[in-house]
Amino acid sequence: MNFEHILFSIEDGVALLCLNRPEQLNSFNAAMHGEVREALKQVRQNPEARVLLLTGEGRGFCAGQDLSDRNVAPGAEAPDLGQSIEQFYNPLIRTLRDLPLPVICAVNGVAAGAGANIPLACDLVLAARSASFIQAFCKIGLIPDSGGTWTLPRLVGMARAKALALLGNRLTAEQAEQWGLIYQVVDDANLREEALKLARHLATQPTYGLALIKRSLNASLNNSFDEQLELERDLQRLAGRSEDYREGVSAFMEKRTPSFKGR
Amino acid sequence: MPRTLAVQMPEAGVRLITLQRPEALNALNTELLGELAAELDAAEQDSETRAVVLTGSRKAFAAGADIKEMAERDLVGILNDPRVGHWQRIAAFSKPLIAAVNGFALGGGCELAMHADILIAGEDARFGQPEINLGIMPGAGGTQRLLRAVGKPLAMQMVLTGEAIDARHAQRSGLVSEVTQPEFTVERALQIAKLIAAKAPLAVRLAKEALLKAQDTDLATGLRFERHAFTLLAGTADREEGIRAFQEKRKPAYEGR
Repeated sequence: MNFEHILFSIEDGVALLCLNRPEQLNSFNAAMHGEVREALKQVRQNPEARVLLLTGEGRGFCAGQDLSDRNVAPGAEAPDLGQSIEQFYNPLIRTLRDLPLPVICAVNGVAAGAGANIPLACDLVLAARSASFIQAFCKIGLIPDSGGTWTLPRLVGMARAKALALLGNRLTAEQAEQWGLIYQVVDDANLREEALKLARHLATQPTYGLALIKRSLNASLNNSFDEQLELERDLQRLAGRSEDYREGVSAFMEKRTPSFKGR
Repeated sequence: MPRTLAVQMPEAGVRLITLQRPEALNALNTELLGELAAELDAAEQDSETRAVVLTGSRKAFAAGADIKEMAERDLVGILNDPRVGHWQRIAAFSKPLIAAVNGFALGGGCELAMHADILIAGEDARFGQPEINLGIMPGAGGTQRLLRAVGKPLAMQMVLTGEAIDARHAQRSGLVSEVTQPEFTVERALQIAKLIAAKAPLAVRLAKEALLKAQDTDLATGLRFERHAFTLLAGTADREEGIRAFQEKRKPAYEGR
């Protein structure tokens, strides 16, 4: 399948997905949603893919919804935004969270609206020093979607979450790192290379085990302590049956570097 | 040998029946339903079998009836439908039946799962009665067992809108007893079956019967039945063995007598 709005490749275990509508700051229209969905489907189905790197082309990461893609002319019937979320944004966010492999997001520039919350559904977020996060929804009468209202309080606390969501101010990448919203700030010039380095490393790691780590940490946000202990027991049981665990242990015993297959 | 089921004895006393029509998401055609009824008949006769686990695939427990087959039946065909007899035999199975549900349990598949005494669901299981979307309605207990399990408002909502609920919702509503990681659904069901298989078979059978009684009689009748069943067990060797083993602090060895 030929993509028009994204760049997509799978090489040496690294699936690279670049949003590619730089003129529109990579904002989402229906066509780009469709292509991203298709690419993520390929990532899920291709056993070669052991890590996903999500980033944007040009000066912005993603400016959320392309408003020109929506009809909100005065007098026209109000669009059903719930429908658009149900159809496009929620499946995207769920897919990123549920993918059984690590998802790195390299935020290369401004991340606004849904574009500010999509990275928060990824596992490791790197951001260029010049990047910024803007919960722009409040400026046009909307609420943070794509998981924002759930993720923000959990990452930065309720007070800061409310300030971000109600004021819609620019949060610099450095501030985002200090607040614990993202993992790491990187100099602009090095962002892509740093992110790829991280991706190449993760592509050699025990992917199945990493997927279980991701699954357990995601679940912990909703589980009681006891439920989580039981989940750890169950997922560890699964991990213990994996080929990579066997390889990890024997490599340790034989004092050699393990060669993981991701299974 | 059944063509749409796989049958194994993974544990002593435990029979595992796996629905196998992968090409049709385990849609319950008449052949499959008939084979399942026959298989439960065989399990009923087999004194070695003390509990049965019923499961489908990772993707679907059973995604409904076979629509193609259904479309071919006219009024008379439906009146003489052999499926009714198959369902009755499944419902009459007297040993514990545990359903391990992953993925879709829709329509007839949801109804089949509700025939089980114990229902374990994987995180990604979905239960629903979408018959209404085809201009028909549930016809194998969907309007009856669902209401008894989850109460009227949710049963009405599910049956009238055709919309499915997920495993957690099903658990909160009382349709499902446990939710597990999908990889463990069958394993967990087998664990439970193994626990049951170690109990006195007659006690298990009468207890099941008393519990099912509770669903469709008034309390006084149910209590009377319970007392009769309780009294019947007084005549069994296994009761003596159970009590003696407890006193002697050892594991009981039951023989079903």
